[in-house]
Amino acid sequence: MKLYLELTKDVRFTEGLRSCMNCGICTAICPAAEFYDYDPRIIASIIQSKDEKRIEELLKSDTIWYCGECMSCKTRCPRGNTVGLIIMALRSLSQELGYFAESEKGRQQLAIKRVIGENIIYKGYCVLPENLVPEMHPEQGPVGEWIYENKEKVYERVGANYKGDGEGALRKIPQESLDEISRIFEITGGYDRFEKIEHFSKMKAESMGFSENEDNYSDYVNHIFTTNNGKHNRQ
Amino acid sequence: MRREGKIQVWQDYQKEIADDHYFYVRSCIRQNFFPGAEQTFLKILRSELNKDIYENPHHTSCSGIGYHSDIVPFDTIQTVVARQFALMTEAGYQNLAVSCITSFGIYNEIIETWKEFPAELEKVRNFLKTATGREFEIPQNVSHASDIVYKFRHRITDKAKHKLVNQQTGKPLKIVEHIGCHYSKMFPSKGVGGAEFPHVLVGMIESWGGEVVDYPERRHCCGFGFRQYLVMSNRGYSVSNSKKKFESMAPYKPDAIVSNCPGCPMFLDRWQYVIEEMEGKTYGENGQGIPVLTYEEMAGLVLGYNPWDMGLQMHQTNVEPLLDKMGIQYDPDLKYAGKDGKIIGNPMMVGCGC
Repeated sequence: MKLYLELTKDVRFTEGLRSCMNCGICTAICPAAEFYDYDPRIIASIIQSKDEKRIEELLKSDTIWYCGECMSCKTRCPRGNTVGLIIMALRSLSQELGYFAESEKGRQQLAIKRVIGENIIYKGYCVLPENLVPEMHPEQGPVGEWIYENKEKVYERVGANYKGDGEGALRKIPQESLDEISRIFEITGGYDRFEKIEHFSKMKAESMGFSENEDNYSDYVNHIFTTNNGKHNRQ
Repeated sequence: MRREGKIQVWQDYQKEIADDHYFYVRSCIRQNFFPGAEQTFLKILRSELNKDIYENPHHTSCSGIGYHSDIVPFDTIQTVVARQFALMTEAGYQNLAVSCITSFGIYNEIIETWKEFPAELEKVRNFLKTATGREFEIPQNVSHASDIVYKFRHRITDKAKHKLVNQQTGKPLKIVEHIGCHYSKMFPSKGVGGAEFPHVLVGMIESWGGEVVDYPERRHCCGFGFRQYLVMSNRGYSVSNSKKKFESMAPYKPDAIVSNCPGCPMFLDRWQYVIEEMEGKTYGENGQGIPVLTYEEMAGLVLGYNPWDMGLQMHQTNVEPLLDKMGIQYDPDLKYAGKDGKIIGNPMMVGCGC
């Protein structure tokens, strides 16, 4: 498979890379470049080189997972490139080929799929109050914990319709609508993406010594959700 | 840039905002963290402005957080968005009112993609028809909910019970405005004032008596970064970016921060608590935090709405310093009360700087 050719099939890639002159404005404005050992200018340079070996390295690296997709690069690029869009095309291809499982940051896709992905399918929302378990979200603080422990009463107080029928914030999405979302995922490749994330993650988990047991690799999910080797940041 | 230059840029980025008859699509993040803000927005439109705004219970998440954390393919989100458009079309509406900045960016990205790549539009029409039997029209107008409040800001001024003015000193309150990145960084022409000088919140603040704080990192991202917050081990990215903004704005002594994005106020609120816990540092007056509001909440305070009806008790950083400056009466004993007036329970430690 020619990796560069695959990338060109993604309209976001076509829009994202026009002609980069490597001026580095994207790096100057990039929040990720300030925090991580990351340089969007180099991403554009590698892709523009069409060097298959270097593109493959990129697809297997932590590097492509550092971007926050804020798209600040879009605003400032004098040539109209958007490295954030190139990154989205790279991440899609990395998951398609299973390369995401080769890096610590890439492996995190399984945790995101298991929470956000399954929320969308089963509840019709990306995020749910039930996800904000205080142990996993200490940043939500005592107020967040108070909300979590008293969800029904707090949401009722502020006019939400938590798990209720009809309209309103946090309402229950009707099953027939969830069925439509499920069919959309089925025919547009959404479930294929999910299955690939699960498949390649399972292979990686086993190679790392994790077993399925009865909890569907939950030890592995916990590992990828919390592990940080401390080598990602700009020194 | 000189003021004349800014005015010129501003004139280049006028945007049309529909006047009435909106199809409302909610925000996953805002529903979780600031559901009262969405209720406040609907109340303002329906009760104060007599506008028609319709919500179909069958609409879902746009799946945008999944898309920007790269687990949802582009074809999939395009079709989920097309389904929202189909619901709008079937209900007889043409103007989309979007609660979420991530969704707003996605709606604009997808509509622009369909203009640039017509084959994508045809593909998505087929996907949607096959999956659901539905057909759709592209909205004539896509406005973020903050655009709509901006459009009617003077009518809100006319009904104001409070101003963004310090009642003790008589001086305008100093407000930091934070624009969510996806509001206009991707498509400057889709935002009021473009990407460099977005005016959507400035217009509200100045109309309601406040003074906008211009500080070096004004346009820097709050640090959400999608996967950079969703995954626990990545959250250093998120708090570091918020901290960069706090450090930059603090010397200007802002009285409050207001944001038009659902996620940004949550991060700017919660990360103040985290920084205090980690470093003992606070950025507001008297060892307190800087209160953080959504624009709906700010509009509601101006209109005299009860802070606890709007959900300001769901903020980690205390909002009382701002309420006191504005001269707003509130009952502190009812802050953590339920709908029946009985106390639900007090958080173990409340607010930033407590």
